[in-house]
Amino acid sequence: MNKPIFQISPGFEEIMPPEYRELVANGPYGKGFGVSDLGSYKELIEEHPLCAGCGLALSIRLALASLPNPGDTVIVGSTGCSSLVFPQVALHNIHSLFGNQNAVASGLKRALKLRFPDKVKDVVVIAGDGATADIGLDMVMQSWFRRENITTIMLDNEAYANTGGQESGMSRQGAVLNMAPTGKKFPKATLPEVAQAAGCAYVAATSPAHPRMLEKAVRKAVLIAREVGPTYIQLFSPCPTNYKFKPQETIPLIKQREKEGIFRNQEYISDEAQRFLDSLEEARKK
Amino acid sequence: MNEMSYKVLPGPEGFLPPAAASMGIELPEVGEALVEGGVVSAQQGLEKIVEKLISAKNPVFFPGPLILWNWKDGVAEKAAALKELAEAVGAKIIPMPDYRPKYPMINPAIEVNPNHPNLTIWHNKIDVCVFIGVHCHYANVALKIIRGGTSCYTIAFCGEVGHEDAMISLRGAGLSELKKLTELVKKRKGEVKGD
Repeated sequence: MNKPIFQISPGFEEIMPPEYRELVANGPYGKGFGVSDLGSYKELIEEHPLCAGCGLALSIRLALASLPNPGDTVIVGSTGCSSLVFPQVALHNIHSLFGNQNAVASGLKRALKLRFPDKVKDVVVIAGDGATADIGLDMVMQSWFRRENITTIMLDNEAYANTGGQESGMSRQGAVLNMAPTGKKFPKATLPEVAQAAGCAYVAATSPAHPRMLEKAVRKAVLIAREVGPTYIQLFSPCPTNYKFKPQETIPLIKQREKEGIFRNQEYISDEAQRFLDSLEEARKK
Repeated sequence: MNEMSYKVLPGPEGFLPPAAASMGIELPEVGEALVEGGVVSAQQGLEKIVEKLISAKNPVFFPGPLILWNWKDGVAEKAAALKELAEAVGAKIIPMPDYRPKYPMINPAIEVNPNHPNLTIWHNKIDVCVFIGVHCHYANVALKIIRGGTSCYTIAFCGEVGHEDAMISLRGAGLSELKKLTELVKKRKGEVKGD
């Protein structure tokens, strides 16, 4: 990590707003913090304009807390509810055109490899289901076909949530939304299987109902993307506003879906990725 | 107003003022500066800055991320020189640590942010402001908005090629220019006291 970036110029410590001083003194950069450390340090995101009970907000908070190297991570986002959050995240982030996120991330990762050949720079795409599975599916799949060293995280709220509630490819069959009053006519896209077939070395589907599982998935995905190839994580992040449930029911709803077998946590690791993880574990033990 | 007679002067020029470049204002060459849209020598530019800072009721420096964060060699020296200059002028410093829009709202008393120029500059009653260490694309946006909505006199202390939308703009300015400004300010203040 290039620590000096997070040092205030001498003499300006008292002039800087307090949250920046706190970020420098007590931020997560270079400290190896994880989900279990939440509450003990200055988080990368603390205030956001998303709705109360938003599943995306929970997923983003946990995903950011799980990044293995936040000081050298660049997030690439896309249009959607999550794009309201990222301008306020204390990480480098790029907002791309709707659906272009994986193409932008591909170019960025290649440029960073050339510009900083001796440093590890992680590029993580975090975008909604519309950007990932519908509008940007071409760019997403082409980046997987090309085996780009990037991680793609889809925040799956099963709708176009900030434009009034249209169905997306990730909405479940029969889902009724404000702009889909007769219900969706075809099934939810099975993107984890698509990702696996398209060449992702690591694929996981989980949710903020399982913070530790989410953390492990994000860490594995970022580490594998550095050395092996593209990785994909799908985070089920229900939307109380468009699916009309109470804000405090977000996590219970995920658990209810799991109980009913409608949503299942899953993980796929390619043989090569598994060998890579094993080698990391062996190195850690030594 | 036609292009030839356009001057970059304090506003309020109104909502969506034209970019000065579109009105025929050109960037200064090396060794030159811009004063209200006209090209002068760099030395004249420095003297004009000193004149404006000394005569201002509420001069404020807006240091941006390039000078607030000690991110590469040479920045700490510039930061120290900037503080010395601000102290010599008797100016306030409002930092611009990054350009993230603030939620739910920015506190204009403690920081400035080009994403909230209306909240920041309009209500601060700043008559002269100096941008320094602000990334050029954000400086361009903010300078134009300030000119559109306020009567604040804008000065851009630019390490690159300068800013047409500032009332005074240096180009290629660095540590030596900061030190020169401080010397000039101290000298002029001494003269004023001597008078």
